[in-house]
Amino acid sequence: MGIEGIGARVVRKEDKRFITGAGRYVDDMVVPGMKHAAFVRSPHAHAQIKKIDVKKAQAMPGVIGVLTGKELKADGIGNLICGWMIHSKDGSPMKMGAWSPLAVDKVRYVGDAVVIVVAETKGQARDAAEAVEITYKELKAVVDATKALQKGAPQVHAEAEDNLIFDWEIGDAKATDAAIKAAAHVTRMKIVNNRLVPNAMEPRAALGHYDKAEDHFTCWTTSQNPHVARLVMSAFYNVAPENKLRVIAPDVGGGFGSKIYIYPEEIVCLWASKKTGVPVKWVADRTESFLTDAHGRDHVSTVEMAFDKNNKITGFKVDTIANLGAYMSLFSSCVPTYLYATLLSGQYNIPAIHANVRTVYTNTAPVDAYRGAGRPEATYLLERTMEVAARELGLSPAELRRTNFITEFPHQTPVIMNYDAGDYGASLDAATKASDYAGFAKRKAAAARQGKLRGIGMSCYIEACGIAPSAAVGSLGAGVGLWESAEVRVNAVGTIEVLTGSHSHGQGHETTFAQLVNQRFGVPLDSVSIVHGDTDKVQMGMGTYGSRSGAVGMSAIAKALDKVEAKAKKIAAHLLEADEGDIVIENGEVKVAGTDKSLPWFQVALAAYTAHNLPAGMEPGLKETAFYDPANFTFPAGCYICEVEIDPETGTTEIVQFVAADDFGNIINPMIVEGQVHGGIAQGIGQALLEGAHYDDSGQLLTASYMDYTMPRAGDLPSFRVSTTNTPCPSNPLGIKGCGEAGAIGSPPAVINAITDAIGITDIAMPASPSTVWAAIRAKK
Amino acid sequence: MYAVNYHRAASVTDAAKLVKSGDAKLLSGGMTLIPAMKTRLAAPSDLVDLSRIKDLQGVKVSGKTVTIGAATTHYDVANDEKLRKACPALAHLASLIGDPAVRYKGTIGGSVANNDPAADYPAALLALGATIVTNKREISAAKFFIGLFETALKEGEIITAVSFTAPAKAAYEKFRNPASRYAIVGVFVAKGKDGVSVAVTGAGDDGVFRSKEIEAALAKNFAASALDGVKVPAKNLMTDLHASAEYRANLIAVMAKRAVAAANA
Repeated sequence: MGIEGIGARVVRKEDKRFITGAGRYVDDMVVPGMKHAAFVRSPHAHAQIKKIDVKKAQAMPGVIGVLTGKELKADGIGNLICGWMIHSKDGSPMKMGAWSPLAVDKVRYVGDAVVIVVAETKGQARDAAEAVEITYKELKAVVDATKALQKGAPQVHAEAEDNLIFDWEIGDAKATDAAIKAAAHVTRMKIVNNRLVPNAMEPRAALGHYDKAEDHFTCWTTSQNPHVARLVMSAFYNVAPENKLRVIAPDVGGGFGSKIYIYPEEIVCLWASKKTGVPVKWVADRTESFLTDAHGRDHVSTVEMAFDKNNKITGFKVDTIANLGAYMSLFSSCVPTYLYATLLSGQYNIPAIHANVRTVYTNTAPVDAYRGAGRPEATYLLERTMEVAARELGLSPAELRRTNFITEFPHQTPVIMNYDAGDYGASLDAATKASDYAGFAKRKAAAARQGKLRGIGMSCYIEACGIAPSAAVGSLGAGVGLWESAEVRVNAVGTIEVLTGSHSHGQGHETTFAQLVNQRFGVPLDSVSIVHGDTDKVQMGMGTYGSRSGAVGMSAIAKALDKVEAKAKKIAAHLLEADEGDIVIENGEVKVAGTDKSLPWFQVALAAYTAHNLPAGMEPGLKETAFYDPANFTFPAGCYICEVEIDPETGTTEIVQFVAADDFGNIINPMIVEGQVHGGIAQGIGQALLEGAHYDDSGQLLTASYMDYTMPRAGDLPSFRVSTTNTPCPSNPLGIKGCGEAGAIGSPPAVINAITDAIGITDIAMPASPSTVWAAIRAKK
Repeated sequence: MYAVNYHRAASVTDAAKLVKSGDAKLLSGGMTLIPAMKTRLAAPSDLVDLSRIKDLQGVKVSGKTVTIGAATTHYDVANDEKLRKACPALAHLASLIGDPAVRYKGTIGGSVANNDPAADYPAALLALGATIVTNKREISAAKFFIGLFETALKEGEIITAVSFTAPAKAAYEKFRNPASRYAIVGVFVAKGKDGVSVAVTGAGDDGVFRSKEIEAALAKNFAASALDGVKVPAKNLMTDLHASAEYRANLIAVMAKRAVAAANA
């Protein structure tokens, strides 16, 4: 590793602009003539729209346009789509209700967009939005997925009887039932995975600009995948053909999944720009973010895990109800299915698995992928169950896990996944050692003398990143391919631009991607620029989510670099009169191995562009494109151990130690990877201890601000002790597995296992707030 | 936020005049009012800013009598050397309000006039038997705090100061709402010449109140151990997303115990 190459702790190039307030976000964008939008949103969770009267609003100062769903439909704008088809076990396709970007007949959750108001100023737009008169006929609402499935529950969409979207299964029901019947021990649990609000630092925003002269649209938006946004807006919403629509996702302040999807607001702003003749900008306020960003999780499951007399798992049966909210968001259907149930084997040899998943409409915000997306839900089930099983069997939780670890690779699980590499024992060893797992009993006794309840919990997670290959996900119902693209442009003076289909919204791509180039050619990081987030600049790409940018995005860059390297070597061999096979590129020089003959990198680049002396028949220039479609998912895994101390008088939980031992494969920048792990664990601890979205029975979101929704703060978190035990990933050229979601996936069960251990109970609801913990202690007495 | 006329009052007399215009509201830090206006939940036509009136600022200690100007910021209350000697518990309480930005802007008069059921000052003033001084009269804390966001202040009446006799011993302990960091339960205990007084904020369904059970136990013996086994009834306590009435009842006893220990330390 060089000082700036792969494996170096390089300080992030992009941080200068972020830290000095010089980042350029959608809200910073100003277009001549730009006006401001406000949305009129439903105050009801479920209601018929009887009448919309916009006259008063239209007469308000500064108002340019007040537009409704009827007008939008009349202009042929399409409904929002869900991009992954799931079939129920009876073979029928999922029952998808229509999601109009502006509600026409009915509203289905608090925050549903009904009218857009465009005005000179943001304040005027809001004033006029308040003057729009909408007559609603309120309907009974349902917010709980289990209740929504009951006969007679309020119907959210006519298309989905009993609010059931699909009833899907995976695995072998017969074999699993037989294993449970024959088991020496069965652990049974009901497990709830709480609903979360993503809370990216930057709220969602859109600026739509219709250029009448060119008949061309530009959309600046907070997107994790601008090309997908362009494709979907063009192919399904009929906003404009792709060549007439440019989508730009500039600096984006965090996504965590919530900015993958195409929401109503960007479509409506584009349409409204054409309709009103002015560029239209909308920026969500924090309340709108709480109400309308796609939420995460919200599963209720029952599980049965069967063991033989040697404590080997023989079967795992799961029944899950997943709340998808009022509408099917872009990837909502794949989260509780292929991103969830395919991970139910965890790190364990489980011969028989069966999972049944019912997804349900309710009068709540749409639910879609949120950091981890399905994998945290699977890991939570599995690792809570393993811990409880160990207690029931009277075994050490570490030993029960070790007894069941997969140790040979590749390993085919009963639920599609084929694990390619891993060493689960190594991460368990690293974590137990780092946490002094063996010395816990002493610490527990010492805490007891202080009147504190101390507990320890572990979690051995696995996740699947990359989401690929495209042909495989296509066969499972995906509407898109999940490859990535890269173009490497070497300029005539040797500086390099990398155009990537990945999108950075906090991940540090401008640094890590440049490190890869540095590793290849030895050019300084400063001379490498990473270009992303603009469909006019960058070739079609798939964007950033599912911890895919390292494993998939960088592999595409590596492939393009291969091509550049090959051509550069041909040019150098020609210029140096050497054999192509003897050319090596290192430290910014192109050399003939074993001689003192060399050329500086820039001279080779210059030669490519002057084209005065190229090999016969070679095209000028030094620029290559590559598309990379992975051969398999990647499988990061690890072991997390959490130790807590509870004050029984108040129920306050303090995390006194948190150890993470991860296997991420090869690592480009350890500092950035540690940052990802820290952030992921913070979100996981947030889910376990602090965060939870609560709707009341009428469908009002009670946790719609930071007064009631508890975001993790620095003081809530310990200093994390993180390390890695890496096995390179064999299925991509860089050996990378991905690290973006691991922390959020692995940590919640470790925290809850520790709390239940401290109190001596089987289960506790997340978030395990002080009042919840206090009530659990009291109930036990 | 809706459009609003801003007035910077030069004096209390000036403010009293200005506050009669339109649907005016007094502004004294604005740490509650401004966010409410930003979310369009409050829409006064005029704001009359008291925070620059010199006469309303600062802490005076004369013998055992403490007087704090209504426009004194939480930061200044927390860091006033005279107060830290006369009544360190109140200075400590001020240091626990909100975050640094809130403490630099928010004032004791603003907080007291707003009477948020989870605010810290009302518990202190009630336990200390403080007097709330306005431009019209003096009101005892016991009569001042009436209910949720409700006080004895009349339309346009302006708090100018609060005053109290420094207690022999006092302390404040609060248990924070994990999200808002306001008090779920805040208990101020004070031992003075009139005996022991214990006031609770954050918990009562009608705002700040004195806990008879805790006071009775401490009257006999002002020691944390005197509260062992003392039960506070959950009746008339709030239940919300973050805490049940039973949990609050438990916390009142726990926080009182910790406050007494701190007062005796």
